Amino acid sequence: MTVIDKIAPEGSKAGERTSPRPTFRHRLSRWDVKVSPYLYIAPFFILFGIVGLFPLLYTAYVSLFKWEAGSDDPDFIGLGNFKELFADAQFWNALTNTISIFLLSSVPQLIIAMLLAALLGARLRGATGWRVGILLPYAASLVAIGIIFANLFGPKYGLINGVLQTIGLEPVDWQASRFGSHVAIAIMVNWRWTGYNALIVLAAMQAIPKELHEAALIDGAGTWRRFFNVTLPLLKPTLVFVTITSTIGGLQIFTEPKLFDAMPGSNNGGSTNQFQTVTLYLYQTAFQNADLGYASAIAWVLFLIIVLIALVNFFLTGRLARTPTVKKK
Amino acid sequence: MTTLQSGLRRRVALLGKPRKATYIVLAIFVLGSLFPFYWSFLVASRDNGMLTERIPPFVPGGNFFANAARVFDTVPFWKALANSVIVSGTVTLTTVLFSSLAGFAFAKLRFRGRDKLFVFIVVTLAVPTQLGIIPLFIAMSELGWTGTLTAVIVPNLVTAFGVFWMRQYTVDALPYELIEAARVDGCSMIRIFWNVCMPAVRPAAAILAMFTFMMSWNDFLWPLVVLDAGNPTVQVALEKLQSGYYVDYSLVLAGTTLATIPILIVFLLLGRQIVAGIMQGAVKG
Repeated sequence: MTVIDKIAPEGSKAGERTSPRPTFRHRLSRWDVKVSPYLYIAPFFILFGIVGLFPLLYTAYVSLFKWEAGSDDPDFIGLGNFKELFADAQFWNALTNTISIFLLSSVPQLIIAMLLAALLGARLRGATGWRVGILLPYAASLVAIGIIFANLFGPKYGLINGVLQTIGLEPVDWQASRFGSHVAIAIMVNWRWTGYNALIVLAAMQAIPKELHEAALIDGAGTWRRFFNVTLPLLKPTLVFVTITSTIGGLQIFTEPKLFDAMPGSNNGGSTNQFQTVTLYLYQTAFQNADLGYASAIAWVLFLIIVLIALVNFFLTGRLARTPTVKKK
Repeated sequence: MTTLQSGLRRRVALLGKPRKATYIVLAIFVLGSLFPFYWSFLVASRDNGMLTERIPPFVPGGNFFANAARVFDTVPFWKALANSVIVSGTVTLTTVLFSSLAGFAFAKLRFRGRDKLFVFIVVTLAVPTQLGIIPLFIAMSELGWTGTLTAVIVPNLVTAFGVFWMRQYTVDALPYELIEAARVDGCSMIRIFWNVCMPAVRPAAAILAMFTFMMSWNDFLWPLVVLDAGNPTVQVALEKLQSGYYVDYSLVLAGTTLATIPILIVFLLLGRQIVAGIMQGAVKG
């Protein structure tokens, strides 16, 4: 290297530029330009391959075996796990619970987030302060939320039931009742995510040109008509984005139902699995019952359900994208 | 006609002006946001007796430090805090570094397959990789990493979101002229990245660092799977604190309060940037 450097020093003479053999330094630099991009993106792709893609595919492989944790020689049973799974009442129960909790959390959440965004979009005094205040729940960990809300919704001594009784209503057994537990868990989810989603919707609302609202107002449109005919159509792409992300997260819900159990540490999701979700069932099967093969079958079915719903959303996005938007992208 | 026009003009001018009700509703929401935190501290500062009252007193008692001390006696909380700092710190550092590198390459360098590879990253954003935990667990057992922090750190060294985020920011923030000038001066690619790109994208890197740290600090499922009670992160320690036939809520909620305070402080200090980060992400995404 040093030798070559001496032969072709940096301040090379004009004549050398036409020489057919590029200098080492020149070649090094070309090599640098060519290879560097791949080196820079390599960490993501290598890591994703090893801890993302490979495990997902290998899950399909494991699901074809009777695979106990720690066993050296699992038995190949073909689609046996899937056959068992489709006849497994506990799985269908878990799937129903997951979808029920998901609907109870996503629908009200989206509506309230839009309302909050509309309020935050006004020319408020101390706008940032209000936004931070609304976002505070995002700082809490899911574990902390699970513990705090399990306490608030406690059937005997919980504050929520205390308030209900004080104002003359019947207390609800938030843990034993199936629907009650779903509502309580949905409230946890909503508490944490509504403010966050409100900020996303707010950002989209602020991207709508003010002139559109002014024009609609001059044409005589009231607050509600402006909302439904100006704001809402322009928010569609953002709403679809929020829906997709909350679908992917919501269908994998785990921490909240795990921490909500009246018997902490349990993976049953209540004494009769009344709020056991699919991921909680997956966790119980794999890491409590050590049945890795069956748990992998659960993981794959859940994976396919999520992909399916994401594709439906994607299709919807494509259709909505054709409606005129002013979004920058 | 003129009165109608002036009336309209006034209404246009009033567009977006908050009413008193706006503030009241927002205040209710903020109180609702704060309440569970306050409740957690309230229970932690008293004893379990308060929970048997239908409507308990809403002023803190004097037992917080006693309950907090019991948290440290019951679970290895110092160790958990140290572990969480190590895990979140490492993951934040590597995620920001690798994401910025990849973001720089995707935004400003030309190479074969660039656009397709980037689309691939965007698609992986929607892949629930969490569902691969079983083979990941088998792999960690084979490697003998279960129970160690390595097992928690390695799968999170870089994220698709990080790459996506840095790429979107770098596209606008770094002019090609700067890169070309540096190349003319004989800078190598890695020096251009470090001395030209990084200073230009620092705001986005800071926001990514904040979110990665919070996400890592609050991560639960995977640490719960690979770590044991003797060497936990904060979230795993909290879960262990709650496990058992009888839940001592003064103790457990003292734990959640202790675990939440660091993140709350970060939040109150950097709230403006966090809000800006979420809103920027929304418009760019």
